[in-house]
Amino acid sequence: MNSSFALSSTTFLYGLAMVCYFGSFAFKNKHLAKAGFYVLCTGLLMNTAGIGLRWVESYQMGYGRAPFSNMYESLVFFSWTMAVLYVFVELKYREQGFGVFVSPLIFLAIAYASFDPSISARINPLIPALKSNWLIAHVVTCFLGYAGFALAFGLSIIYFIKPKQTAENGAFARLPSWDVIDELTYQMVVFGFLFLTIGIITGAVWANSAWGKYWSWDPKETWSLITWFVYAIFMHLRLMRGWHGKNLALVSIVGFVAVLFTYFGVNFLLSGLHSYA
Amino acid sequence: MKNQDTIPRQIWEFFCSVKLTVYTLVLLAVTSIIGTVVLQNGTPQQYINLYGKGLYNLIQVFSIDDMYHAWWFLFLLLLLCINIVVCSVERLSLVWKTIFPKQIRFNPDRFLRSKKICTFFVDQSPDSATAACENWLSKQVGPVHKKKGENFRTVYAEKGRWTRIGVFVVHASVLLLLMGALIGSVFGFKANVRIDEGDQVNTVFAAKTREPVQLDFVIRCNEFEVKFYDTGAPEEFRSNLTIIEDGQETLTTDIRVNHPLRYKGINIFQSSYGTTSAGAAVMAITDNITGQEITRTMQVGETITLPDETGSFQLQGFLPHFDFRGRNLGEAFFGKVTLNDKEGFQIGLPLQFPTFDKMRKGRFSFVVKEFEKKYYTGLQVTKDPGVWYVYAGFVLMILGCWVTFFMSHQSYLIAVEPVSDGKTSIHLAGRTNRSTQNLNLKLAGMATRLENHLKKG
Ligand code: HEM
Repeated sequence: MNSSFALSSTTFLYGLAMVCYFGSFAFKNKHLAKAGFYVLCTGLLMNTAGIGLRWVESYQMGYGRAPFSNMYESLVFFSWTMAVLYVFVELKYREQGFGVFVSPLIFLAIAYASFDPSISARINPLIPALKSNWLIAHVVTCFLGYAGFALAFGLSIIYFIKPKQTAENGAFARLPSWDVIDELTYQMVVFGFLFLTIGIITGAVWANSAWGKYWSWDPKETWSLITWFVYAIFMHLRLMRGWHGKNLALVSIVGFVAVLFTYFGVNFLLSGLHSYA
Repeated sequence: MKNQDTIPRQIWEFFCSVKLTVYTLVLLAVTSIIGTVVLQNGTPQQYINLYGKGLYNLIQVFSIDDMYHAWWFLFLLLLLCINIVVCSVERLSLVWKTIFPKQIRFNPDRFLRSKKICTFFVDQSPDSATAACENWLSKQVGPVHKKKGENFRTVYAEKGRWTRIGVFVVHASVLLLLMGALIGSVFGFKANVRIDEGDQVNTVFAAKTREPVQLDFVIRCNEFEVKFYDTGAPEEFRSNLTIIEDGQETLTTDIRVNHPLRYKGINIFQSSYGTTSAGAAVMAITDNITGQEITRTMQVGETITLPDETGSFQLQGFLPHFDFRGRNLGEAFFGKVTLNDKEGFQIGLPLQFPTFDKMRKGRFSFVVKEFEKKYYTGLQVTKDPGVWYVYAGFVLMILGCWVTFFMSHQSYLIAVEPVSDGKTSIHLAGRTNRSTQNLNLKLAGMATRLENHLKKG
């Protein structure tokens, strides 16, 4: 097995898991959701193997570097962090219903990495600025943060689909109740916020060791700060009267749009130090 | 809250409110976008070309060309700081009293009213069950407090009062960060310098203003080296530097990207490089009449006679950027050809275009086959006495967030209620200042463990 085989099967398995979750939602079938979960776990194993193998292969090619340094690798890793977090939440809170909103995100990230011709899967050597252990810490924490926000986004969507009161046997019955969504969304935002904070900080420490400046208002930095502000706003709005449920979910959706812009938009639309990743 | 309507009180309340926080953060987030879209720190001409004269005036009025240092942006940050200080002062005394209570009090009714109570029965007398519960709770949670109710006894324990301070640490870390940034921008500098291999400097140039900045020591670049991968991409830039202080060589070391030199509060980073001059060059000289080619190794400045005593050629120097009719042809040598019967003329020998000199169609054409490169190293030299405050802020922010998000003040209550025939019912309930979802999950697990504990012994 090599990394490209492992990652193609990951894509396939994540796609299959998504189909299972959709099926379980459409046909109100509990077993399909269980099947989806197992398929997702298998995909996660493959995903882990793929990342590990890519690491090994980079050593075999003589570059020896962590597999987190270009668009392809970051997307693969983004799928991984989302899958890990989702599996953790499903196991801990025993809520399967929202897999239907999260599995498409997990699948899309890795599918986009595989199918967009402009994203190269080649293992290239690192330019000098990227050779730093801070890079690994920076990428890992940022993507854990993004995964938290992605799950919060998936949960927030439910508010706009599921009515507050649902019929006992309706299609929505198996989605978490509004109270649970509220709490889970908050937990995911908080998780994301902590890791985005660490991500921004490790990025700053890295920039300071490479360029002598911990903050230079480069567009990617600035957008990650904007994202951070949005989620800080989310947390403070919760303290105010009238901000819960749908209203707050809207803020979490805006936050995720900011995440996506930080991740993709800045690369394509704005220019700066980060154009490589 | 007397004097609720006095003006100072109203001002205080204004700066205290979370509403102000939200507005300020929204403004910061929205305005930050501007600087990622509009060019920053450009020249006036660039702005006029991009946006026209009218908009350029607007850009100037609001300092949008350097908006993250504009007065109104700094004002928003200041507002945030005042907001944090006022809000923390207002709340701290209250929270302090909660964290260090004179006496721990608890109200069993509030626990027993909660929806998530775990209840089970044991075949024990209330006395022994209470003792066992006490023992268990003190091990699981902390010091136990007891109360006797009308028809049950309660055992209470709590932990994590101190975690309520976490959110103050987060807010304080924001202040510390901004303070560090301020100290850095007032007392620090960021400058650049280029040093040719073998040269030394003690003056660097501020990045923004280009003003010279005098250092307390001299930096000498002994050697610069660049390595490439097979793909042609750069693998490593390395400068070997010596620090000379009062005429004494105090330190010699290599710096690489990501591995700067920190010396007496000054940081020296590898930031760029280039070719500044050349040592010996191998010249191929072709006689276009006889077709004969000779090669010579020449030093810059050296003069040689051309074949058949027809004249001489002097290798005069090296240019990193050779300008030919307004086009930059890159690195090049230049020299002077003097034929016996004529006045001398200058020729350029761009390295990327070996046939360039042939196109001159003279008697001799010259090509540089090889040469010894001399590099300059581009260093970024910075001083930032605020960075330690910023780093302390980073650490506090992470710790504060961790404590606030993942730890909580939890209290647990076990009610032991006698039922008939030596049976006793046990109720376990809990309260927290944070996630009730997590607490409920925890309670379920604890109840199982408590039940096992009681049944075993
Ligand atoms: C960039 C600035 C700020 C950051 C990063 C920040 C961060 C945080 C965080 C992480 C929390 C915990 C949220 C939670 O428990 O869900 C929090 C809570 C809070 N913040 Fe801020 N904050 C900022 C500014 C402010 C300001 C200016 C105020 C002034 C009013 C403020 C007032 C509060 C209050 C009252 C709480 C609730 C505390 C509690 O639950 O006991 N924050 N903040």
